[in-house]
Amino acid sequence: MAKIGVFLCYCGTNIGGVVNIPEVAEAARNMPQVVFVQENKYTCSEPGQMEIRRAIEENNLDRVIIGCCSPRMHEKTYRKAVAAAGLNPYLLEIANLREHCSWVHGGDREAATAKAIELVRMAVAKAARHEKLFPKEVPVTKRALVIGGGVAGIQAALDIANSGYEVVIVEREPTIGGRMAQLDKTFPTLDCSACILTPKMVDVAQHPNIRLMTCAEVKHIKGFVGNFEIEILQRAKKVDETVCTGCGQCMAKCLVRTPSEFDLGMRNRSAIYIPFPQAIPLKAIIDIEHCGHFQYLRGKEECDDLEDCNICQQTCPPQAIRYDQEDEVITERFGAILVATGFKTFDHAVYGEFGGGRYPDVITSLQLERLMSASGPSGGEILRPSDKMHPKTVVFVSCVGSRDDSVNRSYCSKICCMYMAKQSIMLKEHDPDVQSYIFYIDIRAGGKDFDEFAQRAQDEYGVLYLRGRISKIIQEGKKLIVYGEDSLMGRPVRIFADLVVLATGVEPNAGAPELAQTLNISYDTHNFFVEAHPKLRPVETQSDGIFLAGCAVGPRDVPESVAHGSAAAAKVAALFSQDTLTTDPMVSEVDPMKCVGCLICAEVCPFKAIEPQVLRDGRVVASVNESLCKGCGLCVATCRSGAVNLKGFTLQQLLAEVNTLWQ
Amino acid sequence: MPGTYAYYPGCTQESSAKEYDKSARLVCQELGINLREIEGWTCCGASSAHTTSHLLSIVLPARDMHAAEEMGLPIAVVCAMCYSRLKFASHELADPKTLSLVKEVLEKDLQNTTQVLHLLEILDKETIPVRKPLRGMNVVCYYGCILARPEKITCFDDEENPQMMDRMMTCSGAESIDWGYKTECCGASLPLTKPDILHELSHMIIQGAKKAGADCIVVACPMCHSNLDMQQSKVKEKYGDQDDMPILYFTQLIGLAMGLSPAEMMLDRHFVDPMPLLREKGIV
Repeated sequence: MAKIGVFLCYCGTNIGGVVNIPEVAEAARNMPQVVFVQENKYTCSEPGQMEIRRAIEENNLDRVIIGCCSPRMHEKTYRKAVAAAGLNPYLLEIANLREHCSWVHGGDREAATAKAIELVRMAVAKAARHEKLFPKEVPVTKRALVIGGGVAGIQAALDIANSGYEVVIVEREPTIGGRMAQLDKTFPTLDCSACILTPKMVDVAQHPNIRLMTCAEVKHIKGFVGNFEIEILQRAKKVDETVCTGCGQCMAKCLVRTPSEFDLGMRNRSAIYIPFPQAIPLKAIIDIEHCGHFQYLRGKEECDDLEDCNICQQTCPPQAIRYDQEDEVITERFGAILVATGFKTFDHAVYGEFGGGRYPDVITSLQLERLMSASGPSGGEILRPSDKMHPKTVVFVSCVGSRDDSVNRSYCSKICCMYMAKQSIMLKEHDPDVQSYIFYIDIRAGGKDFDEFAQRAQDEYGVLYLRGRISKIIQEGKKLIVYGEDSLMGRPVRIFADLVVLATGVEPNAGAPELAQTLNISYDTHNFFVEAHPKLRPVETQSDGIFLAGCAVGPRDVPESVAHGSAAAAKVAALFSQDTLTTDPMVSEVDPMKCVGCLICAEVCPFKAIEPQVLRDGRVVASVNESLCKGCGLCVATCRSGAVNLKGFTLQQLLAEVNTLWQ
Repeated sequence: MPGTYAYYPGCTQESSAKEYDKSARLVCQELGINLREIEGWTCCGASSAHTTSHLLSIVLPARDMHAAEEMGLPIAVVCAMCYSRLKFASHELADPKTLSLVKEVLEKDLQNTTQVLHLLEILDKETIPVRKPLRGMNVVCYYGCILARPEKITCFDDEENPQMMDRMMTCSGAESIDWGYKTECCGASLPLTKPDILHELSHMIIQGAKKAGADCIVVACPMCHSNLDMQQSKVKEKYGDQDDMPILYFTQLIGLAMGLSPAEMMLDRHFVDPMPLLREKGIV
């Protein structure tokens, strides 16, 4: 006979406001093997936990049921409390009376109470069949993988490396630096973005603990926290990185010109190129799609008049060009993964009323950054794309691809209000004759010195803020006529502008959902990665050992991204400070007496945790690698002979839960 | 492939826009498109029904759509307003509750299976035999505010920058100029209540066309036409504009390009006479 204690939590009014807890307690007292029942306002609080410990000790309880919030929330807390009282922590069972009951049945108190009683009764039936479980210890590979080399990834990599651990940065682009490298200035201090970022980029390149892989992507992941085995695709750069000196002579000689990604199409680059002068690594790569040599190789079968080009190979002083270099897949072991894949800006082509990309002088805010940058397409002189004239009247349109359900972007991109203030100030600094207008919904300037900054744009730089939306932009001759509304004055406005800047919102980089699926982490409807807990575990994921940083989680500015990167790095360092990790004992086990060796379970296992094992009598049975098993239970559901069981969720326990419902 | 359609002329085509109706019928006849007028068709309720009763605004077009259903043909519409109302009704009738209510009101077994097409959509798929190309004609295509909107109901090519009429004009040999006022409102609902706003909007569109370098404005809506054409003298007077801007239906210009006569296209029915322009360009 087990001695079961039941603890029921009001969770303030979260549960107690809907479920009649005293009634549930009364019912629990009459359940089989229950010897102790207690109600508590907040079971998770320190006194609440002490009550559990005392009750276990005083009543010799050997099973504990807690009717409270989701086990995702506080299971760990309660396991510790139970263990502190000397009980095996896996003899605990949680009945979810909040997410599964009070929060979803708020309108029907009676039904919610009846359901709560049944949930507790099921938990009692299951807990009576709980067995003691003991975690195992596995070693930790003290080596971190950082995916994405923007400012968040750079900061995280530096912090981990400075803690004394090895780091590999995998960056998809040819250079690290991310979006911040494209910016001219940063708000609200107007620091030169490149001046503060490039020293960090150089630190990355020179750090003995950091290895940088550019033009590389994560393809496959195996293993678990502390012991990941990761396949990285290294795309061929067609240039030997160890030989290239970054002199740039190949770029000068290359005959091809194609729009530069770094300058957002506002300038052309060669087919062999270094994205920008401060790129790290400062090594050339060949763009195979546009390179004359590779176009010749692809087309020579069908077209006779194509001419081969190998001018870069002939030019290169150190002979670094390798046309025969191939893509490579490299497999490495890591103990932790930090995902900092960053953001891109919203594509405004869906807004037909803003021209849908047809008007050359309707540009994005990031394009304006490039125009303002001293290393940009016009050397820092602000010239509008169509006719290279200095724009005098500039209209900013806020919330393009933010706070707009019609384009499936309900969220605020957070940084736009501030960068519009910054850009309008900078426009005036560049040319005192510029008049800027900003159409806004709200001015969201929450942050240290932010509101003062936005105010300064109005007071000192004469920027005119108009509260309202733009209805239409029409190109008429050399002017863009902007039709909008000043909702504070209650009248339509029309502005004859030379340049229109769309404050395009923040969205996750391309490929974010695919990466999330590869890594087995969650992402939301907007493809942002989801934190383990939005408030209390902001840099962790639900998958142990995988951490998050930067704009891949949600819109944030530079200082927040840096802080986020450091926070994630601290989590990695804490993980690496341990020599071994304890694994969850709630994993599958195979009963070799029942197993017929069909191994269908091995096929369905997403973690490749099941392998065949030959017994002494020659029989082949399935065997579970407990370090790899995540306890998902797919094998249990698949097994035709009922030979697989999930510890802590055995078939007998689940059956007992169901049976008790019909009693 | 030229096909057969249940033709829904709409009230305006029997009165102020007779030339639109006639030119549309003649162009279709030339192309071998069979327009069978829906017998006993009634008003779609445009401009008044949907401001008074939501149900009425669905029932009125539904009655005509049921008639087309009995004919087993898709509906061809020329008027942008009728098109909008029929499309809207069809969209609303996709809801089974609304459908059963409308069935009850009409006392007819309506299925809501009829496809509603604007003549632009039909002609867009045809090859137009151009016998007298409109060479030297600089036109701007004006779709008006409701023909292409809202996109999810009309299923037009692009609600902000539609292209169908532009393609047709280019095929007919005219130079179709890209401009910004394609889908702006001309104020057609305001001639009696707030003529000042109407004049301002129409002035903006006519001036926009002039600045774009257009000789005339091509329209696909009888409301836009009556507004830009009939009210133009008042607009000119009010804003001191000099030149005339002829307003023509796209069917009229296609008809001319196909070799139909100005009389057949009823070009004499416009307040702003297009003949001097057409003569100057050597089209008539």
